[in-house]
Amino acid sequence: MSASAVFILDIKGKVFCEYFKELEEESIRDNFVIVYELLDELMDFGFPQTTDSKILQEYITQQGNKLETGKSRVPPTVTNAVSWRSEGLKYKKNEVFIDVIESVNLLVNANGSVLLSEIVGSIKLKVFLSGMPELRLGLNDRVLFELTGLSGSKNKSVELEDVKFHQCVRLSRFDNDRTISFIPPDGDFELMSYRLSTQVKPLIWIESIIEKFSHSRVEIMVKAKGQFKKQSVANGVEISVPVPSDADSPRFKTSVGSAKYVPEKNVVIWSIKSFPGGKEYLMRAHFGLPSVEKEEVDGRPPIGVKFEIPYFTVSGIQVRYMKIIEKSGYQALPWVRYITQSGDYQLRTS
Amino acid sequence: MTVGKDVSALFPDVVNCMQTDNLELKKLVYLYLMNYAKSQPDMAIMAVNTFVKDCEDPNPLIRALAVRTMGCIRVDKITEYLCEPLRKCLKDEDPYVRKTAAVCVAKLHDINAQLVEDQGFLDTLKDLISDSNPMVVANAVAALSEIAESHPSSNLLDLNPQSINKLLTALNECTEWGQIFILDCLANYMPKDDREAQSICERVTPRLSHANSAVVLSAVKVLMKFMEMLSKDLDYYGTLLKKLAPPLVTLLSAEPELQYVALRNINLIVQKRPEILKHEMKVFFVKYNDPIYVKLEKLDIMIRLASQANIAQVLAELKEYATEVDVDFVRKAVRAIGRCAIKVEQSAERCVSTLLDLIQTKVNYVVQEAIVVIKDIFRKYPNKYESVIATLCENLDSLDEPEARAAMIWIVGEYAERIDNADELLESFLEGFHDESTQVQLQLLTAIVKLFLKKPTETQELVQQVLSLATQDSDNPDLRDRGYIYWRLLSTDPVAAKEVVLAEKPLISEETDLIEPTLLDELICYIGTLASVYHKPPSAFVEGGRGVVHKSLPPRTASNESTESPEAAPAGAPTGEQPDVIPTQGDLLGDLLNLDLGPPVSGPPLATSSVQMGAVDLLGGGLDSLMGDEPEGIGDTNFGAPPAAAPARPGAPIGSGLSDLFDLTSGVGTLSGSYVAPKAVWLPAMKAKGLEISGTFTRQVGSISMDLQLTNKALQVMMDFAIQFNRNSFGLAPAAPLQVHAPLSPNQTVEISLPLNTVGSVMKMDPLNNLQVAVKNNIDIFYFSTLYPLHILFVEDGKMDRQMFLATWKDIPNENEAQFQIRDCPLNAEAVSSRLQSSNIFTIAKRNVEGQDMLYQSLKLTNGIWVLAELRIQPGNTSFTDLELSLKCRAPEVSPHVYQAYETILKN
Repeated sequence: MSASAVFILDIKGKVFCEYFKELEEESIRDNFVIVYELLDELMDFGFPQTTDSKILQEYITQQGNKLETGKSRVPPTVTNAVSWRSEGLKYKKNEVFIDVIESVNLLVNANGSVLLSEIVGSIKLKVFLSGMPELRLGLNDRVLFELTGLSGSKNKSVELEDVKFHQCVRLSRFDNDRTISFIPPDGDFELMSYRLSTQVKPLIWIESIIEKFSHSRVEIMVKAKGQFKKQSVANGVEISVPVPSDADSPRFKTSVGSAKYVPEKNVVIWSIKSFPGGKEYLMRAHFGLPSVEKEEVDGRPPIGVKFEIPYFTVSGIQVRYMKIIEKSGYQALPWVRYITQSGDYQLRTS
Repeated sequence: MTVGKDVSALFPDVVNCMQTDNLELKKLVYLYLMNYAKSQPDMAIMAVNTFVKDCEDPNPLIRALAVRTMGCIRVDKITEYLCEPLRKCLKDEDPYVRKTAAVCVAKLHDINAQLVEDQGFLDTLKDLISDSNPMVVANAVAALSEIAESHPSSNLLDLNPQSINKLLTALNECTEWGQIFILDCLANYMPKDDREAQSICERVTPRLSHANSAVVLSAVKVLMKFMEMLSKDLDYYGTLLKKLAPPLVTLLSAEPELQYVALRNINLIVQKRPEILKHEMKVFFVKYNDPIYVKLEKLDIMIRLASQANIAQVLAELKEYATEVDVDFVRKAVRAIGRCAIKVEQSAERCVSTLLDLIQTKVNYVVQEAIVVIKDIFRKYPNKYESVIATLCENLDSLDEPEARAAMIWIVGEYAERIDNADELLESFLEGFHDESTQVQLQLLTAIVKLFLKKPTETQELVQQVLSLATQDSDNPDLRDRGYIYWRLLSTDPVAAKEVVLAEKPLISEETDLIEPTLLDELICYIGTLASVYHKPPSAFVEGGRGVVHKSLPPRTASNESTESPEAAPAGAPTGEQPDVIPTQGDLLGDLLNLDLGPPVSGPPLATSSVQMGAVDLLGGGLDSLMGDEPEGIGDTNFGAPPAAAPARPGAPIGSGLSDLFDLTSGVGTLSGSYVAPKAVWLPAMKAKGLEISGTFTRQVGSISMDLQLTNKALQVMMDFAIQFNRNSFGLAPAAPLQVHAPLSPNQTVEISLPLNTVGSVMKMDPLNNLQVAVKNNIDIFYFSTLYPLHILFVEDGKMDRQMFLATWKDIPNENEAQFQIRDCPLNAEAVSSRLQSSNIFTIAKRNVEGQDMLYQSLKLTNGIWVLAELRIQPGNTSFTDLELSLKCRAPEVSPHVYQAYETILKN
């Protein structure tokens, strides 16, 4: 009756994964006691309680736990207002690593018109900070610029359409003055995610001709074009082109990179290790088809593209500052890294 | 235990381990207790001491564990001991223990509600709402909400502006799940005015940026609910609409399962407020690797969002989907095209041409699906796209699904006048009539009747064939009933039949698949719960007492816009915005006669009333027009009413139905006609070389008929039947020749209803009602005589004016008065009167003299003789009455026969 069970199941899955690395029938059988203990803490009478695996690990340990006085107490964190960070952490070197990762989702029609193009961004933090630090993150957020009158200046700003924050971020504060302020959990976590549906030029554009001559052969010609800045380089580009499931005797010719036939997925994967912006490459493939046609009809799977472009964000989002304030007044260093990668990147074939 | 083995025998041993100081072991012992305490309640008491002790353990983890476990042991004896430790734990210094204890109150309430109230735990729980620790507050709110749900009357969560304020503050500090409890609780609050609603909304909107989808959905629920109270003119209303869209879209970037939950909820939101997502159509475009359940749900939302602005894009997508390989998805996509055509009028033409393109693909299921939706398009835009019919007809042979066949038949019937070979097409379907599904049979029946009404000359045989197939040979009551309705309509008044069957149909509305508005409003209150995924109210799937509280949206505040929530709509207010989902009664009749393809909308009361309407029509004016105005119509069409008793005799021989068709004046069934005596043998087989004739007389809506049953008990085939009457007292004569179509083979029986009239030559017989009959067949001529009951001659306009009655009564000499006694009649005055009335003996006046009812009645014979009657009803022993009948007539010789008629009518 309470909040959709699906959400909590999803969370449970993640918690178990953190405990057992892999979640499968066997790991649940083997770890029955811990599963039971975890379920007991996660839910009470159907009400979800504490679901933060890091905090849970503090008092539900993997090894048998002797009850000695003073040990195995409830970490105060469980019921604290800050339920995600334990007190008394100490690091020699205080550092924060910030990863800005943008995934590009693209859906292109068979006739080449872009149906959907959106950017799903996420800012991930790796925190090694002592004590209870108070952090403030500054982005080139257009709404913030407008609020503070910075919009007139030459700073490029980005309009974030929908922003989602980790529970540590003070949402009411963000709502008031767009300040992202928080006390971070320790270690890895996703601070925020955002989405933009502003049309951007597809980073890697694919043109394809797939000619199917029934009973004899399929000829595929794929042209890939990098439509991003010349200075940037896309790494690990993988273009998967669908082929009929009964195709045989593959032959390829590529201007760069290598092509491979993956029969179990019915695709040709053309991989290019590094793909500089502005370049254009070509791949030709030739398959034989049996003279007897198979019964079932193939769907028309789209062409998929995977890539990763470091030191670059499509949206142009930038971390302007990261302020770290702690009572003890230590100096901490923020490190920022930008990556753009492919998300759900599909180009339909005709 | 966890592998399903019963280990309850180990109970004492396990309980002994309870006092261990190994936390892990302790937890397992507790788990064991929860499972088996119920089966061993006496032993479980042994554990109580340890529980009580553990509740005072210095370690808060143990205290909480003990109180949590005790709440899960549903044994009455233990609950008594639970109270004290629980009270302590509720006031524990450690918030972890307090929050666990708060939930424990809800558990205890579920076991023993009275105990919780008596012990005052509810008040303590209420105090916890003001606790300093947000987690405790959240759990207290959750527990109170849970308790309040099973006790709708108790005002537990006394929500007032102050407490709401406290909750809103706690909202900022809680864990994610705590925020959900608080938001769910807020959703139940009813703000007193739009200002308060707005200020709550303002404080809830930041939650839309939470990473947890469940928090987002709960916040959406609160906003959707309170938006009801905001005026649409308000700036804030627009702001809120804008704020709601992005988080909903973001929900779709999660895993497919979460996407599905989000889509189901969005489906509700889009129906309630389509403006929120009207610009976000693209995010619902289907991706190749979406699981099918996500695809179908996206498709549904796409149609709901389709509008003139985006229809081109939507259609292009739908066409793309329609050429995929997944059959279910393709079908739904084709259907979606049809729904777009109906929803967005400007796009109808494009949709139709898209559908035609798809039909050209000749993919079987695509063609069938396309035909089904084209039928709907015809219903929405009549007389617009009929040019495509030819294309549709080309694909007739490939249709093998009932729905597509029915749709095609409907189209053929509806546009019969434009399809040259409509009769051939329908006839081809008729061949396998009995193998078709009910849907197709019903449709075929209706279509052929339509065809007949449009082209009466060529299709007479076809319609007779289908009527007899439907009424005689089918076991399906729906089909039979519909067959009879048509039959009677056609036989009584072809003009009326035309008006009914070819009546203008109400246009179908685009929103037939919308969730009914009140249900939708209720579901909006359950956003983010299972109810919103099932699209069913919780009461439909939650067992037990919970979830019976019906939630509803707050009433709209008074503003000049038209109301959207139905309960707030003032009576008689313009309901232009409300989609016309449920057809009115009139539509229903149209539906009954015309269309069978839509969803079954008829509730029982509607259905009965429509049947009554049919019946009234049958018995009312039909007769006069048939007899008077339109004699040539009868001659042309040669329709007879269906055999009177056929519905009661499923095993009726095949031949009779056909002959009945040509019996113009046969009875319409016994539902309110005059009394029909059971058939008696008139001519035994041994006197007629094996031909046995039995029969009876009926009078139905003005027509007299002789119902005959001919049985061949000889060893040879009989044929060439003919009948003749001798002259008789009232000029009875056959109105049509005796039609026995097929030769009567040995041991076969046919039932024939022979229409009679009273225009034959007259000769006074003795007895008066004697009828001499001659029947001829290929073997010989046979004679027999029978007595007909006089009441078949009582005419419908036999009701005399009151004054006239008095005058006539006085006028007729007293020596013409005859007195009769009817003993032990099982009816009272009312029933007597109505029973007689159905046989055309009319009560003119009624008096009560000294506890006896006096009825004054009149009747008229076919030859114009009036008979006046005075009926004195004396209460006899118990439920029987004795009747004293005085008859006055200018022709006193009829009186004894009238008396006999009285007696047969009243005693049967």
